[in-house]
Amino acid sequence: MIRIEAVTKRYPDGTVAVDRLSLDIPDRAITVLVGPSGCGKTTTLRMINRMVEPSEGRILIDGVDSRQQPVNTLRRSMGYVIQNAGLFQHRTIVDNIATVPRLLGWGKSKSRDRARELMERVGLDPALAGRYPYQLSGGQQQRVGVARALAADPPVLLMDEPFSAVDPVVRKGLQDELLRLQDELGKTIVFVTHDIDEAVKLGTMVAVLRTGGRLAQYAPPAELLSAPADAFVEDFLGADRGIRRLSFFPSAGLDLLTGPVVRADAGAGEITARDTGGAPWLLVTDADGRPLGWTEPGTLAAGPAGPARLLSYGRPFVAGRDSLRAALDCAVLSPTGWAVAVDEEGRVTGVVSQQAIGDAIRAAHATGRGSDGTPDGTSESVCDPAHGDRTPKAAR
Amino acid sequence: MNVLHFVGAFFGDGAHWHGYDGIPTRLLEHLRYSLVAFAIAAAVGLPAGLLTGHTGRGGNVLAFLATAARALPSFGLLVLMFVLFGFGLVPVMVPLVVLAVPPILVTAYEAVRSVDPSPVDAARGMGMSESRVLFQVELPVALPVVLGGLRSAAVQIVSTATIAAYVSLGGLGRYIIDGLYQHDYEKVVGGATLVAALALATLALFWAAGRLAVSPGVRRAR
Repeated sequence: MIRIEAVTKRYPDGTVAVDRLSLDIPDRAITVLVGPSGCGKTTTLRMINRMVEPSEGRILIDGVDSRQQPVNTLRRSMGYVIQNAGLFQHRTIVDNIATVPRLLGWGKSKSRDRARELMERVGLDPALAGRYPYQLSGGQQQRVGVARALAADPPVLLMDEPFSAVDPVVRKGLQDELLRLQDELGKTIVFVTHDIDEAVKLGTMVAVLRTGGRLAQYAPPAELLSAPADAFVEDFLGADRGIRRLSFFPSAGLDLLTGPVVRADAGAGEITARDTGGAPWLLVTDADGRPLGWTEPGTLAAGPAGPARLLSYGRPFVAGRDSLRAALDCAVLSPTGWAVAVDEEGRVTGVVSQQAIGDAIRAAHATGRGSDGTPDGTSESVCDPAHGDRTPKAAR
Repeated sequence: MNVLHFVGAFFGDGAHWHGYDGIPTRLLEHLRYSLVAFAIAAAVGLPAGLLTGHTGRGGNVLAFLATAARALPSFGLLVLMFVLFGFGLVPVMVPLVVLAVPPILVTAYEAVRSVDPSPVDAARGMGMSESRVLFQVELPVALPVVLGGLRSAAVQIVSTATIAAYVSLGGLGRYIIDGLYQHDYEKVVGGATLVAALALATLALFWAAGRLAVSPGVRRAR
């Protein structure tokens, strides 16, 4: 565990970057330091590998003061990823990644083998091994940066705004990749960002720092969203923290109605005999159970449903996997106000109204369920875009 | 009677190709002065420039020294050194070194100082020692500019080494000075042509060194 004990950084001109900060950073989890510029988050990170020396206080790594070992030995035991990747432009990708193993005295071919293994791990095409950094996109460069930090398999990974310089789509990909990697590797990661959404998405623990380098709140993201410690944290979280908090509630508990779901080839008699559970709309599916679109019960009884007469069902959510936030978003986007739930294969498992989702949200808040959960990883996209492909063209 | 005629006559004359005043001898003398002066200038300018560029300290002092050195007239310095030290290689080396140090020093300083700070930060954060940061991260990236400084210093030395002849030493300047004195313009033009050719050869040498020593990742990224 990394323990930051009453650490202060004061510069010769009197500026205090970090003010008596204490933090216990748990092992094998992602701890995010977040805050506005000038809050000392980067300084705090850089004090962990002694790129900045604390003026007061100390930092313990597994109980040992970080100043007990030579500074370069300390740094080689911690992966370090920075904003623009900071790749060495004169070295090929494979040699960039092999940097720390080479510093540790590994042989050239062993280091390169290890580097190639890591390229695969972070999702880089092995064909890029012999390229130079200028030939790679920003997102690829950042992947190389992460691979380079992981090369010597350090237990700790320090990441200083690693994804801020890439566009939102690439950033989301890198974030998902980091979560996937973390599942595999279980590193102790300290991650600095100014983006609260990134903090909430990635963090197991989130430390919100305020200007002047003081700790405002240190909590798991769900707790941060539900119970901000003060006005500063609340303001920093933004206006829609209530909605974002729904990312932490699973959609598994929703009451899905199957009554309003009919197959396109169903007979008129079967339809009129349906108990739609009070739904004013019917969801028409194809023979495999995949959604086609909404229709009014009267229209369907009059004759077979052609796709042209159906209303778009928007994008479905995957019941159980997606969060309540995703379900609510689907309902809000649906022209009928009802969300369509599907299984992993895209077959309809039921429909649910905005009202029923609202009830589920109230119930979840009441029990505090999901407060120990982590974001489901799809909170950004809300609905799995793969299902969108199945929308019949005419129904769009 | 034009310049080309002089050039043809000079190089066509078999007498100019051997003996103590022959082209090979004078060329070797010229090369020797140039190489010694260049080696001294690089030994002074490179470490100072790389170190100040790496630490970022002492840049102002450096700029002042370089400007001062540039203001010294080579010829005046030569005469002064000749008066002080008498006949020998030293009076020739001093003005050549003084001429060559500023471009080497200033470009090395600027080149290292202007290296993108993020790879340097990453290198330190990964646990590279300061000397590794300089030689494995900063220098390879700064190399094209550093070589540019060495190249202009070398070309200036090659052209200016002609003044050695003024204090009774050899080199290609012998032809020019003797030619002027004897009103033998064929000799003057021949000597000048040789100096120019040597300067061009120097340029070619540095171009080749750049191709060999600079990583393709740096060369094409520019």
